[in-house]
Amino acid sequence: MKVTEKDVTYVADLANLELTPDESTRMVADLNSILDHIDKLNELDTSNVEPLAEVVSAFASAGRQGSEKFAYAQRPDEVKPGLSREVALSNAPDTDGTCFRVPKVIER
Amino acid sequence: MNINTLTIDAARSLVESRELSAQALAEAHYAQIASQDQTIGSFLTLTKERAQAQAQRIDRLAEKGDPLPPLAGVPVGIKDVLMTRGERTTAGSRFLEKFIAPYDATAVQRLEAAGAVCLGKLNCDEFAMGSSNENSAFHPVRNPRDTTRVPGGSSGGSAAAVAAGFAVATLGSDTGGSIRQPAAFCGVVGLLPTYGRVSRYGLIAFASSLDHVGPLTRTVKDSATLLEVIAGRDPLDSTSADVPVGKYSSECGRDVKGLRIGIPKEYFGEGLDPEIRQAIERRIDALRSTGCEIVSVSLPHTEYAIPVYYIVATAEASANLARFDGVRYTTRSPQAKTLADMYRRSRDEGFGAEVKRRIMLGTYALSAGYYDAYYLKAQQVRTLLTRDFQNAFTSVDAIVTPVSPTVAFKLGEKVNDPVGMYLSDIYTVTANLVGVPGISLPCGNNSEGLPIGIQILGKHFDEATVIRLAHAMEQDQH
Repeated sequence: MKVTEKDVTYVADLANLELTPDESTRMVADLNSILDHIDKLNELDTSNVEPLAEVVSAFASAGRQGSEKFAYAQRPDEVKPGLSREVALSNAPDTDGTCFRVPKVIER
Repeated sequence: MNINTLTIDAARSLVESRELSAQALAEAHYAQIASQDQTIGSFLTLTKERAQAQAQRIDRLAEKGDPLPPLAGVPVGIKDVLMTRGERTTAGSRFLEKFIAPYDATAVQRLEAAGAVCLGKLNCDEFAMGSSNENSAFHPVRNPRDTTRVPGGSSGGSAAAVAAGFAVATLGSDTGGSIRQPAAFCGVVGLLPTYGRVSRYGLIAFASSLDHVGPLTRTVKDSATLLEVIAGRDPLDSTSADVPVGKYSSECGRDVKGLRIGIPKEYFGEGLDPEIRQAIERRIDALRSTGCEIVSVSLPHTEYAIPVYYIVATAEASANLARFDGVRYTTRSPQAKTLADMYRRSRDEGFGAEVKRRIMLGTYALSAGYYDAYYLKAQQVRTLLTRDFQNAFTSVDAIVTPVSPTVAFKLGEKVNDPVGMYLSDIYTVTANLVGVPGISLPCGNNSEGLPIGIQILGKHFDEATVIRLAHAMEQDQH
């Protein structure tokens, strides 16, 4: 697979990264060399293989069906204490004391 | 007291017998840090008030003659990807350089509940991405065994601190080898618990299906002791396993005769430093003499582990790092005029080059049109890798391999070669992809005096066998 500057621009948009022109150029080269290496996976025939997304489902849910498989991840729907507003806002670069404050969303 | 060789038992005994107060023990470590960490660079933040308060608490218990908890007074360091309430927690990144953690990671909370004294936060590769600790946004860490060389990564600070006498034990994290490889490079023990054995609550996530929290220590028994303290089901981490925690330290000293040890041929091929191969073969011979059965096994999909890892890990990282956006807890770009601008600039300015590279790769692998070719394919090969191990474990109890194809390399040697850096993870990444436990322990030095590590991998939740074997191997070298 050959990655171009256009691809890098597209992916940087998706990733919310404002790459400098230098960074963009280097990124094309880096991504291509990594992807070249990754192409190795095409040597394997995986047509009948199930994808493994989580290791944990192998041992947490043996013998269980449907939503029971995820019983280990559930708890009763009761409100528990969380972070206070003050603590939650304490690391923010800008707040109004109640909410996080950010630059305007829409540019007119 | 030799600060460079102190074990958990020895440190605790000093405090319990009141030969040395916990406060004096912490002070002695801070003095060592003050005199030598300028060169090594292992700590990013020292948490002196927290350490003092905890040490005082322990000393008061000791004075009253009250029973002391299992890690009473033991000075520890915490990798800076783990949250420590009220303390700066940076993940080795400028993006979080002012971030004060609002809560403790579960592993940290358990260590402190057991009496450990947290001396500070340890340097690491940024967001745990790296194999040399050269990706820290602050400064690299130098290997205490040879300061012109890297300590390994991403838990380079954690390994160096133990090797340099700055802490008796440390916590690190391992996503593709980040506990085991620095342990090997620095000549200390590094334990990778089974996925789900230790809670990830409070671990700043890199790749959620691959991240593990684990200890770095001077001895196998110390790693076992730490594991007992931090392991166990945590309601705050739904991926933490509801599997009973064994008395792992009791495995130390148990007989290994009759255990079947698998030697995977794929791990001993080209690219492995001959001195490392020799050192490992010597250990295997020793195991044979002790009565272990040595079995040749095959893990046929080994060569595909690195490509799988670099798709899965980067894809997960691109999702996990999306939260760092200049809004809630990171630094923010001062130039931004609009919200979109703020996200993009803050992230570009806050993240280092390697992090951006991995976010881009992960985003690409998940994007429309490429998801099937990359991410889905990688997850299918992950199943094949898992089957390799399941098959091997029907005929052996543990698998022994090298940790790294080389010993610690020179600072700067691989910074411009990302693929070369990635390939050095070849012996460690599969354990994370499959979720099995493992340990890296020293097995001698090469002709330049640099440490060589040996790895033992076990079945899921069979840390007991891994520890038993590792301890036997460790004892055999004396």
